[in-house]
Formats: sequence, C-alpha cells, structure tokens
Amino acid sequence: MQIYLPIAELPISILTVLGLSGAVGFVSGLFGVGGGFLLTPLLIFLDIPPAVAVATVAAQVAGSSTTGVLTYWRRRALDLKLGTILVAGGILGTVLGVLFFNSMRRLGQLELVITLSYVTLFTIIGGLMLYDALRAMLRVRAGKPARLKRQAGTHPWWMGLPLRMRFPDSQLYCSVIPIATLAIVIGFIGAVLGVGGGFILVPALIYFFRIPTAIVVGTSLFQILVTMTGATLLHALTNQSVDIVLAILLLLGGVIGAQFGGRAARNLNVESFRLLLALLILSVGLRFAIEPFIPPGEPFSVVISEGTR
Amino acid sequence: MRRMARIAAILAFLAGSLGAARAETLIAAMSSHQILITSNYTGSQLTVFGVVERDGRTVARGDPYDIVVTARGPRRMLLVREKERVGPIWINKTQRRFPDSSLFLTVASNRPLSEIVSPETARRERVGLENAHRTRDAALDLDTTTARFSDGLQRILLEKGLYSARERGVTFLSSTVFSAPIEVPATAPTGSYEIEIVLYAGGVPLARQTTNFEVVKSGMEQRLASAAHDLPVVYGLVTVLMALLLGWLASVVFRRD
Repeated sequence: MQIYLPIAELPISILTVLGLSGAVGFVSGLFGVGGGFLLTPLLIFLDIPPAVAVATVAAQVAGSSTTGVLTYWRRRALDLKLGTILVAGGILGTVLGVLFFNSMRRLGQLELVITLSYVTLFTIIGGLMLYDALRAMLRVRAGKPARLKRQAGTHPWWMGLPLRMRFPDSQLYCSVIPIATLAIVIGFIGAVLGVGGGFILVPALIYFFRIPTAIVVGTSLFQILVTMTGATLLHALTNQSVDIVLAILLLLGGVIGAQFGGRAARNLNVESFRLLLALLILSVGLRFAIEPFIPPGEPFSVVISEGTR
Repeated sequence: MRRMARIAAILAFLAGSLGAARAETLIAAMSSHQILITSNYTGSQLTVFGVVERDGRTVARGDPYDIVVTARGPRRMLLVREKERVGPIWINKTQRRFPDSSLFLTVASNRPLSEIVSPETARRERVGLENAHRTRDAALDLDTTTARFSDGLQRILLEKGLYSARERGVTFLSSTVFSAPIEVPATAPTGSYEIEIVLYAGGVPLARQTTNFEVVKSGMEQRLASAAHDLPVVYGLVTVLMALLLGWLASVVFRRD
C-alpha cells in the first residue's frame, strides 16, 4: 500500500516505512539510543530527499525520546539541573547546525558533509566503544569488577575549570564550560545529521564526567527530547522540509519497535550488548567510509535551484 | 466507465468536426486537463486525441502523416554538478546551470523520430529529448563541457522516469485520427504542463497545436503542503506536539509498572 508524502513529493510504501522504523525502534529500545543515525541513511536510501529525511527524523527522535524521558522521570533517574545546562548548550548548537546545514545545501556539498561526518563520528565512537566493551569483557573474564570505581579526590583537569557547579542528582561537582561545550557540539551534530546524539552524549557523560549510568541515560534522553523538538521547529521554519505524514509513520513504527527492543534488552547480557552496539555503530561508519572513495557510477547529479522555487 | 464515456464523447466531437474542414489542420483534445494528487497517488495517465483535418482542396500527399507529441513539465533552474577526484575522495566540483529547463519531458511519435524528420530539422525545431536542452546558438553546442553536462542531465532524468521517448507512443486509429497516452510518474512535479502536437509529412511540419494540463495536490496533501510553506510556525508546532503526544501515548499504552 502506497501513500503520497506531501513534502517529500513522492509516494512510498507504508509497510516499508513501518517495517524500517519498527526495526530501528527495536534497536533503539535495545540500546537506549535514538536510532536516528540508522533511520536517516535508510530514508535517503529510499529516495527521500536528504533535507526532508534529516528534518523528519528529528521529529521522530523527539517523539520516541518522550517515552523514555517519562519512564526515567517516574524512576527519578533524571538530573534536571544538568539537563537544563545540556539543553541550553544544545539549543545554541542546534541553531548553528541548522544554519550550517542550509549553507552547505546551497553550496552543493551537503551530501559530502553528511557522509564525512558519519564516517568520522561513527568510526571514532564505534572504535572507542568496541575497545571499551572488549576491555570490560576481559575484566569480567579475569574476575575483576567490570568498571573502574570513581576514586575520591581524582578529577580530570576539565572538571576543575572555572564556573564550577554542584549537581547533587549526578553526584557531580564540575565546571560548566566542558558540559556546555559538549552540549553545543551535540546539538550541532544533531541538527546537521538528523541524529539525537545520544550515542555520543551517553558515553561522554559516563567517561568524561563519571556520572552514574542510570542518571546519564535519563538526562541524555531529556536533552535529546528538547534539542530535537527545537531542531524540528527550526527545520520547519527555515526550509519547510519536515514531512508530517512521514513523521507519523516513523513514530508509529518507532515507538512500537522501541517497546519490544526494551523488553528484549532485559534478557540480554549487559556486556555482550555493549559489544553489539559498538559493532553496529562501527559498521554504519565503515559503510559510509567506503562511499566517497569509490569512483561514482554516475558522476553527475541534478538539483533544482533554490532561488526559483 | 466515466472515463470511457468521456473518451467516446471526445471521439464523437472529433468525428463531427471532420466535415467542417477547409484545409489541412490539426485538432487535438485531452482526456483530462488536471491530475489531482491525493494520498494514494502513484502517477497517472492522460490521453491526447487528435484528428488531421483535410478536404477536397487539400493537396494529395505521397507521404503518410506523422505525429510527434511533446509534453513538457514545469520549468525550473536546474543545477548539474559533476563529481571529481580530489585527492583520494570524490566530491562535487564543477557545476553548470540550466535555466528554464523542463523537469518533465516526454516525446511520443508514431515511428522513430529519425524516420520522421532529418537531424537538421530536429535540431532547428528542437524535436526529441537530445535537442530539448540545446540552445538555438550553434556555437554554444560545440562547447563540449556543456554538452557533457547536458547529456548527464538527460541521462539522470531518463533514469528517474521524468524524461522518456516513446517511438510507438502515437497510434493512428484511422489514417487521420490518432491517440497518444501520456504517462505522468508519481515523481513528476506539481505545476503546469504543456503539450505540443506537430503534424509532419515527408519530414516537413504541416500543422501544430498546443494544449496543456496541470498536476496539483488536492485535499489533505494540498492543505499540508501549503500549511508547511504559509504557516511554518503552526506546522512545526503541530508536528512537534503530535510527536510528543505519540511518544506519551506509547508510554501509557505499554506501561507495565
């Protein structure tokens, strides 16, 4: 069954979109990430214009993270103070990202920017996560605790920068500067790539700031919710590329898939889980890494000039 | 059934007008002048009907009649970019503008164009796909870079199904009555389309006729698309609220604690 997408201006099979978003939702529920990083490239692969794919996935990520935020909120595993700072930085980053996105689109290099960003981000983060997951697994084998405990009195230098603040929920006393910088970077990446950035924020908060994992996931979902809501609005305002029909289909598949993913997660071993996520991110990165290096089959591409529309 | 009745009515009208002919002229009509895009739209088809009028005073011709039907879509400025190798990677480098290019083009004829007109006439009259982007200035055509970009543009649009050439796309129902179906793919843009029908005999254009149709979004699709452009704030807020609502709904429906 086909449905015509009013903004993307092409018909698409409802079952294909529901199947895809359901599968991505399952993965996102399983790993506690937004899943935008998988969904955007898949939509582009289905011939949906990249601008529409990025903007619409932002709406989908906003919707699916709502579910998570509500769950963590009920469990009180959400640091609002830390979340607010992350959001403030995230909004600034999102504005910069949307501006950058639109200027790259005008220059005709959007495709390359998206590809190269995916490559760098995914190979670096996937690689780091793989390394960490393997190390943790080896530790478990050797009978040691999987994670190093935070030791009193030892702080990395960036936490000692000026403007220090206390975050009681996260058991953190740290400078605002590195947190805000991280938030800006993630907001920027999110707006350009149509990803929530959870897969960057979660490991960053755990490794750089040593915040307890349970709090990290809830807080990161909160930050994603707010920045992706902002990104959806900004995309709708500046380039009118949010497709509401596609967004509904993605949300329906996504939220249902995420519930099943979340249930499956409870039956999986935590460490093998992290290894799987690392491999997943790494393989998406490698898939994009190959692309700009192979000679294109069709060197030409056609776009409709923006000015005349 | 309604469509059949309509086609029959058109044919009856065409047949009736035969008697009133004075010289060799072309009369054409279309099955519809509007394609409406609804939520289950997957492309559409229109049919051009025509009749060649002639009477006793019209000169007897040794050559049979040929019909070429050209349908052109909305015109836009198209940017064609070429990927080139920079170090190890391939990036978009050179670009050419093709102002006023049709986003949709289909050329239908009753036999291959090369049998209907000479290459010179085809070029001069801009008949056929390959002549669509040519300029009247012959010097510019000799510029090989532009020609390469123009070929690339044509190749991409052919592949997308937006450009097509159908050598048997026109059927003569009798020696003077013909019909030509025009396939409009779902990816064809909204806007106005023009159709030009040219009558040839012995490689010479004898008569021409133009008509048009439009592709418009209707109902929900039209309202959503215009809302996105005219009321971006409302559209954005509605999308966001809907996303949040669906997210909240999911957490309620699947809540287990």
